[in-house]
Amino acid sequence: MEEYILIIIAAVFVNNIVLSQFLGICPFLGVSNKLSTSVGMSGAVLFVMTIATLVTYLLYQFVLVPIGLEYLRTITFILVIASLVQMVEIILRKVSPALYQALGVFLPLITTNCAVLGVAILALGLEDTSLLKAVVFAIANAGGFALAIIVFSSIREQLELADLPEAMKGVPINLLIAGLLSLAFLGFAALV
Amino acid sequence: MNSMSEKINQKQNFLKGIIKDNPVFVMLLGMCPVLGVTSTAFNGLGMGIATLFVLFMSNIVVSLIKSQIPAKVRIPAFIIIIASFVTIVEMVLEAFLPVLYEQLGIFIPLIVVNCLILGRAEAFASKNNLVSSLVDALGMGIGFTIALVALGATREILGNGSLFDFRFLSEDASTLILFVLPPGAFIALAYLSIVFNKVTAKTS
Repeated sequence: MEEYILIIIAAVFVNNIVLSQFLGICPFLGVSNKLSTSVGMSGAVLFVMTIATLVTYLLYQFVLVPIGLEYLRTITFILVIASLVQMVEIILRKVSPALYQALGVFLPLITTNCAVLGVAILALGLEDTSLLKAVVFAIANAGGFALAIIVFSSIREQLELADLPEAMKGVPINLLIAGLLSLAFLGFAALV
Repeated sequence: MNSMSEKINQKQNFLKGIIKDNPVFVMLLGMCPVLGVTSTAFNGLGMGIATLFVLFMSNIVVSLIKSQIPAKVRIPAFIIIIASFVTIVEMVLEAFLPVLYEQLGIFIPLIVVNCLILGRAEAFASKNNLVSSLVDALGMGIGFTIALVALGATREILGNGSLFDFRFLSEDASTLILFVLPPGAFIALAYLSIVFNKVTAKTS
């Protein structure tokens, strides 16, 4: 039990996927201008990341490793993730139109979200990794992503009214805020 | 006359990736490796060249077989092409440059999802001939590499007092360690893009 709690705290705070590992920067900067879209994106990431890690973990341990094709990891994982996203989209539209309404627009964006592929690969390298650990790791990282993007978008919403120098508008100021957030998260470094 | 205008076009085509449409400073593509591997200039250079190679090769292949790929499955087809070249890079680096392979870590397989590469395949190579696609890939790849090296150099100089491992401050001089830590990546890139904005606003 203890090690699972450690995995969660490490993934959410200490090695936050966005602010200290730099995965998923594109959606972090791209869809964070409104709080509501960030919540939607977080939901979609949680959903896809968990399922993708579950499937790729099983595929790697029970198909690629036994037949000695570990070097096909990257190509296999990205194909699985891309088709998984399509499948999730189709199933969600049939089964739960309400959830599809909320997450639908974010799903196609997730294929190129490097956080999903990144977590699927990182989960293979956990200390005595197991299926349960990999899945907990994926959920925790999705939580870390949600925390970062939700805090970030709340700050950005406030910033819309600020009067900034021309050269700082847009990208630079967003990067600066992300830097300060990352600095704040550095404070968790001694936690685990 | 015709070949003359073609040449000028190719020159513009090449230069746009470096300045006007710089993938990092202007288009904000492929930001994860930009921030993730640039704690030193050497790592930035290594990542830049790896990306340049994948971009170059995949633009060639996409441009050559664009008429064979059905429109509906073009994105998965592009991804497979890109992933094959990434696997090659991964294996070559692991065999010949194990130190760099260690340092770049997870960001090597993640070249697959670098939106710069898929973006150029979709927006350029699938619509243009071989030569233009080659030039486009070179321009974009070099623009990306320049940005990575600039950021890596800034962070290494400020945070470590060295450049390409050449030390110009003594080991125990106090440097701004913040810049080699994660927050420094965001902050250094923010200031570099302010400078880039200022400079390009003045010249245009």
